Amino acid sequence: MAQQHPHSHGSHGAHGESHEAHGSLKSYVIGYVLSLILTIIPIVFVLNDIVEGTAAVVLLFVTAILQFVVQLFFFMHLREESKPRWNLMTLLLGLMIVLIIVVGSIWIMLNNQVTY
Amino acid sequence: MANNNNHAAAHAHAGNHGHDGHHDLESLRLMGFWIFLITDCILFGTLFATFAVLRENTAAGPTGSEMFEMAGIIAETFILLTSSFTSGLALLSMNRGDKKGLIGWLAVTAALGACFIGLELNEFVHLVHEGVTISTSAYWSAFYTLVSTHGIHVTIGLFWMIAIMIQLGRHGITPVTRRKVNVIGLYWHFLDVVWIFVFTVVYMLEVM
Repeated sequence: MAQQHPHSHGSHGAHGESHEAHGSLKSYVIGYVLSLILTIIPIVFVLNDIVEGTAAVVLLFVTAILQFVVQLFFFMHLREESKPRWNLMTLLLGLMIVLIIVVGSIWIMLNNQVTY
Repeated sequence: MANNNNHAAAHAHAGNHGHDGHHDLESLRLMGFWIFLITDCILFGTLFATFAVLRENTAAGPTGSEMFEMAGIIAETFILLTSSFTSGLALLSMNRGDKKGLIGWLAVTAALGACFIGLELNEFVHLVHEGVTISTSAYWSAFYTLVSTHGIHVTIGLFWMIAIMIQLGRHGITPVTRRKVNVIGLYWHFLDVVWIFVFTVVYMLEVM
């Protein structure tokens, strides 16, 4: 998210290329096209029953997670963040908490259903 | 602590930036917003967990796969995805110093967001008309809570975006409005990411 280095001195313009802080048209277009593809794949394959069952579930989650990564890299510029990578660290902490909540809830509650 | 470190970072880049206190403050605010987004992730995480746990509990009533009309949902998905892209184009216009382009792309983004909300409300009205409300079953309670929390976020984003467009019109591109555009951009991308998971978990897993 190195776009957070706004070129508040836009008139200087000298350091525009020194670090690709705010993405380029190219990166946005690539991100958009990848997102479109990653949305179309599950729709075509799952809704037409080309893949079913576990394979369909795996396909759905893999494309969703890939699209999450695409948005982070191409739209939110996470990859371009400068050195102390606080944004990445807080994101990883947050994702860890989310995973514990989601996986833990499902685990415990499904276990309840089995044993009751 | 973050403050100190941010300063350290800014000093490391001093050659590039020629920073001033104002710049540091604005980038710190952007960082603060990022942390808010992470906590918002946790909010949605709990709602997704609730939905996942309750997804079988339809109380012998209608299930999602019987009720969803995927054409509208797929349209919503592509509309939000495109608006995420156009909010990026707004940012690019801003970095070029193009105020008209910036406001124009923000307007396109907001219009797409409004289409999304319109389609979502249409879906809810249709569902309620068919007799499926938030009190129908645990499944539908979880469904409406999760999907409408996302919808409310988008609605807030819409008004917020309009406010920023007005501020841009009045003050032009300043370090402060620049930071605000960055913040709304992050917020908008974040909502698109959440929608991807709503689309996958709530809709696609249900109708497959």
